[in-house]
Amino acid sequence: MTDLRDATAPLVEVKDLRQVYHKGDAPDLLVLDGVELTIREGEIVGLLGRSGSGKSTLLRIVAGLLAPTKGDVRWCGKPVEGPGEGIAMVFQSFALFPWLTVQQNVELGMEALDIGAAERRRRALAAIDLIGLDGFENAYPKELSGGMRQRVGFARALVVHPRLMLLDEPFSALDVLTAETLRTDLIDLWIEGRLPVRSLLMVTHNIEEAVLMCDRVLLFSNNPGRVAAEIAIDLPHPRQRLDPTFRELVDDLYARMTNRTPAAGETSRATDEGIPGTGIGMILPRVSTNVLAGLMETLAARPDGRADLPDLGAALQLEVDQLLPIAETLQLLRFAELADGDITLTDDGRRFVDSEVDERKRLFADHLLTYVPIVGLVRRVLDERSSHRAHRRRFTEELEDFMSEEAAENTLRSVISWGRYAELFAYDSQSREFSLEDPA
Amino acid sequence: MTQHHPALTAGGHRGRFLPNIWDVLAFAILFGLLAGVMHGGGETMAPLTDVVQTPISLDPRALPEYALRTLLRMLTALLASLLFSLAYATLAARSRRAEMVLIPLLDILQSVPVLGFLSFTVAGFMGLFPGRVLGVELAAVFAIFTSQAWNMTFSFYQSLKSLPSELDEAARSFRLTPWRRFWGLDVPFAVPGLVWNAMMSMSGGWFFVVAAEAISVGNTTISLPGIGSYVALAIEKRDLGAVGYALAAMLVVILACDQVMFRPLVAWAERFHAEAAPDGSLPRSWALRAIRRSRLFALAFSPIGRLGRLRLGRLPRFQRLSGAWQSRWADRAWLALLVFAGTYAALEAGSFVIAAVPPSEGLTVIGLGLLTMLRVVVLLALASLLWVPLGVMIGLRPRLAMRLQPLAQFLAAVPANIVFPFAVVLIARFDLNPDIWLSPLMILGTQWYILFNVIAGAAAFPRDLRDAAANFRVGGWRWWRKVMLPGIMPYYVTGAITAGGGSWNAAIVAEVASWGSTTLTAHGLGAYIAQATVAGDKARIMLGVAVMSLFVILFNRVLWRPLFDRANRFN
Repeated sequence: MTDLRDATAPLVEVKDLRQVYHKGDAPDLLVLDGVELTIREGEIVGLLGRSGSGKSTLLRIVAGLLAPTKGDVRWCGKPVEGPGEGIAMVFQSFALFPWLTVQQNVELGMEALDIGAAERRRRALAAIDLIGLDGFENAYPKELSGGMRQRVGFARALVVHPRLMLLDEPFSALDVLTAETLRTDLIDLWIEGRLPVRSLLMVTHNIEEAVLMCDRVLLFSNNPGRVAAEIAIDLPHPRQRLDPTFRELVDDLYARMTNRTPAAGETSRATDEGIPGTGIGMILPRVSTNVLAGLMETLAARPDGRADLPDLGAALQLEVDQLLPIAETLQLLRFAELADGDITLTDDGRRFVDSEVDERKRLFADHLLTYVPIVGLVRRVLDERSSHRAHRRRFTEELEDFMSEEAAENTLRSVISWGRYAELFAYDSQSREFSLEDPA
Repeated sequence: MTQHHPALTAGGHRGRFLPNIWDVLAFAILFGLLAGVMHGGGETMAPLTDVVQTPISLDPRALPEYALRTLLRMLTALLASLLFSLAYATLAARSRRAEMVLIPLLDILQSVPVLGFLSFTVAGFMGLFPGRVLGVELAAVFAIFTSQAWNMTFSFYQSLKSLPSELDEAARSFRLTPWRRFWGLDVPFAVPGLVWNAMMSMSGGWFFVVAAEAISVGNTTISLPGIGSYVALAIEKRDLGAVGYALAAMLVVILACDQVMFRPLVAWAERFHAEAAPDGSLPRSWALRAIRRSRLFALAFSPIGRLGRLRLGRLPRFQRLSGAWQSRWADRAWLALLVFAGTYAALEAGSFVIAAVPPSEGLTVIGLGLLTMLRVVVLLALASLLWVPLGVMIGLRPRLAMRLQPLAQFLAAVPANIVFPFAVVLIARFDLNPDIWLSPLMILGTQWYILFNVIAGAAAFPRDLRDAAANFRVGGWRWWRKVMLPGIMPYYVTGAITAGGGSWNAAIVAEVASWGSTTLTAHGLGAYIAQATVAGDKARIMLGVAVMSLFVILFNRVLWRPLFDRANRFN
């Protein structure tokens, strides 16, 4: 905001950060790789990416809550070794202590600071006043609406007068209207210089939110999380969502998020973009067949079966994080194509929409077997065995050679639900067995 | 003014130093308790000969004092259980290696019939304070403690393990010290579970206090002044009226505990739930109202609040990712050490038993265990047949459930061993077969767990599912099998586990029952242990208790755990 910005040392400096999770015998899961980040005074920086791109992990490393596997993380020039002084965090799920009143929750933020009771009270009341919680001092969190609860979260962080405030998807647990109110309130306080903070670092998967609030956006790619691009947003505040430049930026970010830049050394076929992993190792998202059919029908109703993703997201009230997995699954199954922020129905997609139930299922089954290798594998194993039965373990173990336990679980759940719809196989959740039997 | 302790927050707007009507009430409660503690506590330092020389009196006028002494023992044990829970569970939750030992150990401790060990522990505690009543008092308190501590510890451990990650992160990012975090986050989060389990423990404890006050050591019986000793003497003197008085005194004490202690605690614990009660019904308590509105309690509590706010310990550092730091070799060495220690202890105990007991008796003991198991199974089945339909009927009628649910919980707290004499008199008079007719005593006190869990289950059964069943005209047996029984199954299993566990323990008291000089004995493992205890035969006590523990553990693993998982599979 000021010209002093470059004169001072950066608040946060992250160099060559690498974060690896390992668990038992499973292969190491690379969450963040080669991440660089610098935050100076007076700016709002956004970390934008799909879920699982490691942006929340990065935030926790900066906060000193999590130790990095490798790399140099500095706070005000000093290496980070634990939760640092002058950093305060706002949580997605508010993280309020249910047994403390609003005021007690806010005072908790100052617990580690050497402040007398009277001063603590004065500052807490000031923060409560600033964030618009006057009159709620003695309320307990469970008496408040989500929006009011998050205001307490903000007050608790602000009361510390932190140099850096970390925001972990602070608006994503709120309904649309409440989220918008809180965003504008926060930005207004920021512009007026009334926020007792120097800089903000915000994690989000909401593109419009990033463009609305941030001076700089770091776009994260998936698997592993890397900074794919850095986009400066020079629009003056207050920003107008309908401003053509604003729209352009949103469209651009949408396109960048859908066109995954393949990682070095990895050759990914264009049509599988977005779905991480290849062959059996594809990590499938949890998407219901009803949703897939619904999106195809929505597209079929549009001219040329084509839609602009940001428009579609707005019309269906879906966030990028919800819309993209659906779109990418359709792309994987060759029912639709994704390019430059647009989605287009393929001929097969149109045939699906025009068909009756049985024909739809047949078509879906064909595409599943052809384009989703793990489904092909399940079917092949069942066909080859004389009992036509296979325990779930058989496939979990194979999947876990490629991905984390959780990803394998999700992938297999999708396989089961899609396979059941396509009537390719049956699955018994009691015995945890796949089979070719028709349920009697 | 710091507003930390919840009891301090209400009523802050009134004149601060003006006493009010609630202060009078609170004054009475507070100083009544204080006087009781001082009186009871002073007595414990008396020499042992005093107790032997002042025999228990069957005069009902002595009962209030006995009741007070018994209650004090209970409360001391409960406090000890609480402190134990906080320490043990924290250690288990914070240290992975400690967890490897502590949690399975806790699981086994829960299954050991502590009554069987009474004579060992008494000797131990008397050795600590030779010639003082304190030793015997502590032995009794310890017996009660062993019946109360484990479930509270499990509850706290589970709370620590299920702490929401965002609250943990918030505590760390605001750099709370370990001490502050313990009292500001770990303990408050666990309060609802701890309160509920303390209530359960207190219920179970009455049974043990009655059994633990009159203790035989070798040939002498030391009777600590208390309701348990009073009942024991009444049985010896064949005084049915005195047993009745004791029962009445017990009911009054349990009722008072509920009103003055647990209801306020439950109402207070409501604050620590993350979400408001779905039906908006908040537990109420007149005693809590008194406490909240009086300044006296606020003054008494504020040092406790301040203690929790002390900033002790280092500031939090990085939390390493799970698995980021682990040394396989250290783990293996630790495991090897445990296996070695375990084997050594088992061999020691084994050789001690084998030296004194012929091997063929081992088979007999297992046979007796099977007999007792048969009793437990049959009784559980009978009790279920009776209480499941009744519980469902009550649970489906909200007004009735609201009135009867506290009654069922109350009945679970009444120590069944006080009622035993009535049954024994009947069995002796009609010359009934003790092998059959002593059995119901085992489940007398524990059947209520089935009832109140089933009531809770039926009351929580979703209204729309009942409507759906009615809409499709599902009725009769089909309604029970397809609709109601699967719905209440998790609750029923929880109740049955508690009832079953309690019945094994009760077998030690129930399979041998006496009335004056008449002693009725049933064939079973409980009788075996009881007789070995009377004879002071340590090897046989050890053998009996070990076999019973094994039975209980197997029973839990083979029957209850799978059932519980099955019942919960839809959740």
